[in-house]
Amino acid sequence: MNVLDKLQKLGQSVISVFSRLGQATLFLYEILLTIPGLLLRPSLVIKQLYTTGVQTLVIILVAGCFVGMVLALQAYYVLVDFGAEDSISQMVVLTLMRELGPVMTGLLFAGRAGSALTAEIGLMKSTEQLSGMEMMAIDPMQRVMAPRILAGFLAMPLLTAVFMAVGVLGGYLVAVHGVGIFEGVYWSLAQLKVDFYTDLMNGMIKSVVFGFVIVWIAVFEGYDSVPTSEGLGQATTRTVVHSSLAVLGLDFLLTAIMFGDI
Amino acid sequence: MSFSRGSRQIFNDISLDIPRGKVTAIMGPSGTGKTTLLKLIGGQLKPDQGSVEMDGNNVHQLTRKDLYQLRKRMGMLFQSGALLTDINVFDNIAYPLREHTDLDDSMIRSLVLMKLNAVGLRGARDLMPSELSGGMARRVAMARAIALDPVMVMYDEPFTGQDPISMGVLVNLIRSMNQSLHLSSIVVSHDVPETMSISDYIYLISDGRVVTQGTPEELKNSSDPWVQQFIEGQSDGPVPFHYAASPVMQDLIGE
Repeated sequence: MNVLDKLQKLGQSVISVFSRLGQATLFLYEILLTIPGLLLRPSLVIKQLYTTGVQTLVIILVAGCFVGMVLALQAYYVLVDFGAEDSISQMVVLTLMRELGPVMTGLLFAGRAGSALTAEIGLMKSTEQLSGMEMMAIDPMQRVMAPRILAGFLAMPLLTAVFMAVGVLGGYLVAVHGVGIFEGVYWSLAQLKVDFYTDLMNGMIKSVVFGFVIVWIAVFEGYDSVPTSEGLGQATTRTVVHSSLAVLGLDFLLTAIMFGDI
Repeated sequence: MSFSRGSRQIFNDISLDIPRGKVTAIMGPSGTGKTTLLKLIGGQLKPDQGSVEMDGNNVHQLTRKDLYQLRKRMGMLFQSGALLTDINVFDNIAYPLREHTDLDDSMIRSLVLMKLNAVGLRGARDLMPSELSGGMARRVAMARAIALDPVMVMYDEPFTGQDPISMGVLVNLIRSMNQSLHLSSIVVSHDVPETMSISDYIYLISDGRVVTQGTPEELKNSSDPWVQQFIEGQSDGPVPFHYAASPVMQDLIGE
């Protein structure tokens, strides 16, 4: 393969990436137009909130608890050498609220709810359910896509809040009942060192952005999937990979904007 | 009307007329674009050239809102049934009624049961789509296709993969519903005897054009060898049994 061929292939890949990005943006625009009509049918969103939110809750609870526990343990091992082990809660709570809460929830949400959304919509496409709806004069964008986007958008910050809360409790278990930090110190430092806007709200803003991007990718990949078993598998994989990378990339960007001087 | 996918021409300037109140069949070998034709009629695909008209409306020049209004007057039976898998049979048929009408629950219940009774599945209303046999799923889809009392119903390969009893049931249902509900039906199929037994008029399409057209009797008496091969299901003829290859002896000897 000569240089020109390689250059041509690179150009093709770049064009293909931008073309898909354009398609995904138009797809999102079409869905957003249907959202006002959806507000009259809240039951559609509530049903999806159960599927994307409630059914992801168990994995969030378990993961949150363990992450909090590990954080506390690692913090203790480092801080004890400096006699600063009382600051465990500060490290656990700030790490969870600023970074690990939204990021870990985003990654878990992409793996659990994102992949399920892609698979469900892809299967609806391959079994002609979406075409069937269109032929019944029912807009699948409004009835299928929009409720899922809205539900994911609402579920992510709630799940993140749960993850943070359970993580702090997990940290409390290890710090207070595991390594013997005084309970009053754990809670008072956590309260003292956490700023509602800088730490908690910034974390929640991150989770809203992540939630939106994950469901957008998941729903688009399902809608755009090749209607074969192989195509569906590839679309599901793409959802997990792309949304995980998007979460990590956006996290850096948002952190730089929120906590840095960029 | 002409239509192509990428570089592949699916239809090359074909012209069809679907008469009101009749059963019109569109037949042809697999892969000739029969299902694509239904999607063009339903406005899900857009032709490259030409137009599709229904009741004087150019389907592809309608606004989205008007197209949806028109679709309420079309029913479509998909090859897979296309039932929504997360709701039961009753709710599947009630779905278009709930979406498009302001009827109260008792009226919707009565209508759904009437539609289900018409296809003989009133007793299956509480089953989920995954609990239905292929034939039953297609009958439920048929009930859903007529839920909004359309003027035209399109059937996409309604007989494919059916056992003889199911096939017989579907054949009778298509014919009887066309008469009793004063429908115009389009049946896309390559099941020759079943389709010919219920059709008033048949279009045979292949390679993007209409090869021949006429009543079932006219097609049976056609002198065209391709038509005879298709209708009689002969393995060899104008469409060769062997895929294009070098002579067999040459291949076996290995030259």
